[in-house]
Amino acid sequence: MKKIINDPKTVVAESLRGLAVAHADVLRVEDDPAIVVRVDAPVAGKVAVISGGGSGHEPLHGGFVGQGMLAAAVPGAVFTSPTPDAVEAAVKATTGDAGALLIVKNYTGDVLNFETAAELAAAEGLDVRSVVIDDDVAVKDSTYTAGRRGVGGTVLLEKVTGAAAERGDSLDAVEALARKVIGQVRSIGVALTAPTVPHAGEPSFELGDDEIEFGIGIHGEPGIEKTPALPADELVARMVEAVVTDLPFSEGDKVLLFTNSMGGTPLVELYLAHGIAERLLAERGIVVERRLVGPYITSLEMQGMSLTLLKLDDELTELWDAPVNTPALRWGV
Amino acid sequence: MACTAETLAAALRAAAAVIAEHRTELIDLDRAIGDADHGENMDRGFTAIVSALDTATPETPAAVVKLAATTLISKVGGAAGPLYGTAFLRASVKLGDAAEVDGPLLVEALRAALEGVQARGKAVGGDATMVDALIPAVSAAEEASGDDIAAILTAAADAAEKGAESTVDLVPRKGRASYLGERAKGHLDPGARSTALLLRAFAEAAK
Repeated sequence: MKKIINDPKTVVAESLRGLAVAHADVLRVEDDPAIVVRVDAPVAGKVAVISGGGSGHEPLHGGFVGQGMLAAAVPGAVFTSPTPDAVEAAVKATTGDAGALLIVKNYTGDVLNFETAAELAAAEGLDVRSVVIDDDVAVKDSTYTAGRRGVGGTVLLEKVTGAAAERGDSLDAVEALARKVIGQVRSIGVALTAPTVPHAGEPSFELGDDEIEFGIGIHGEPGIEKTPALPADELVARMVEAVVTDLPFSEGDKVLLFTNSMGGTPLVELYLAHGIAERLLAERGIVVERRLVGPYITSLEMQGMSLTLLKLDDELTELWDAPVNTPALRWGV
Repeated sequence: MACTAETLAAALRAAAAVIAEHRTELIDLDRAIGDADHGENMDRGFTAIVSALDTATPETPAAVVKLAATTLISKVGGAAGPLYGTAFLRASVKLGDAAEVDGPLLVEALRAALEGVQARGKAVGGDATMVDALIPAVSAAEEASGDDIAAILTAAADAAEKGAESTVDLVPRKGRASYLGERAKGHLDPGARSTALLLRAFAEAAK
């Protein structure tokens, strides 16, 4: 394992220190428990949109804290959800009369810890709701599993609900909007290499030189299927097929296409893949109205990518375009 | 022999040593089917329990177990924090204000821990989780009963080890391993393994 670290136990704390000094105009970092909070929090009269989860997915979530997006992010240890008291600290630091919405990715640990935190906060009289995002089409939804995972759609959900909160929507409205987005966003991911978790020191799964993992999550857990490596045209076609047929997205739909690097895939390959995806969607009559391309929800240094489609309407497009000022997303300000 | 706050604290310290010793093994088990954090998280939690016991002296068995519960909930995260935290918390509630834990009370506390884990995690036997170690452990403890704490815990640990082994042949239906479906067959569940390790540590400490 070669990484730019001192000690696996202090990776997250040292990284947060860097985030804090690099973006002191936008956010602040509080210690013990560690939370990332927008610099002007709590913002009076505005719903606090809060998210969090294991570290190792940067810029998710700390990189999305700021005006027009998250009020706070709660980072856990690498690939481990944060504890309830950390989530509660973020709620207390950012929540006023307008209440708070917790955005939770559908992983057992995240759901358990955020649910507990929401109960603790409610017991103190704070109006806290939570939504669980589960956009990964790789996982079959069934009563016998923990359900679908929350992956790339999380980034879009945080942007759109953050914008609604910024314009002053009520907690009821922001929660309803979140449920609408969750209902019409879908993702699929693929890995070319495995990530190495600092405290484990070895790659999280085995992949041959000529193999890829199709249907991966964001935690270095293996995917649903190991397949031979494919040329980009075939790989992206398979990914587009998986996403489009799930909702399904149909001819005439307006969408946001999010092409995401899992951390190790360079932009040259990502743009290549994005171009293919746009062409394939155009062939199906699906109209790409907005796009996001880059590393936004990653899995340490893992090579690979994910594709996310969000069905747009006028309201979602307006909220997507609304000004945002965070370390990782910034426009209109 | 009944156990007191002191013996329970000593048992938790012994458990922390066992978890530290098996940290890498648990990471490797989790790496095969999950996200490679279970050993690290358990070690962080039990190290924190030892620190908490160094600075506080809880006076009743329930207070010792509750200290362990709150420490796990506030330091571990992931699924292990809330699940083990709930197990210890429910056990502590069952212990009430007893100054000493005898055999029947211990068995009741183990049953309460199992019920807490199932309520929080919604897992049943056969899902390939820590519950597959806990269910047979609690049944074995109930059959052993009597006043011999070490015998009860040894029976529980033996059954937990067998139960953990049974997860190798199961398809996980809860937690991160569930996303692998059939591909996760053939792997020992890390949570079931840590449950067996803890019960064995408690059994050894009781001897």
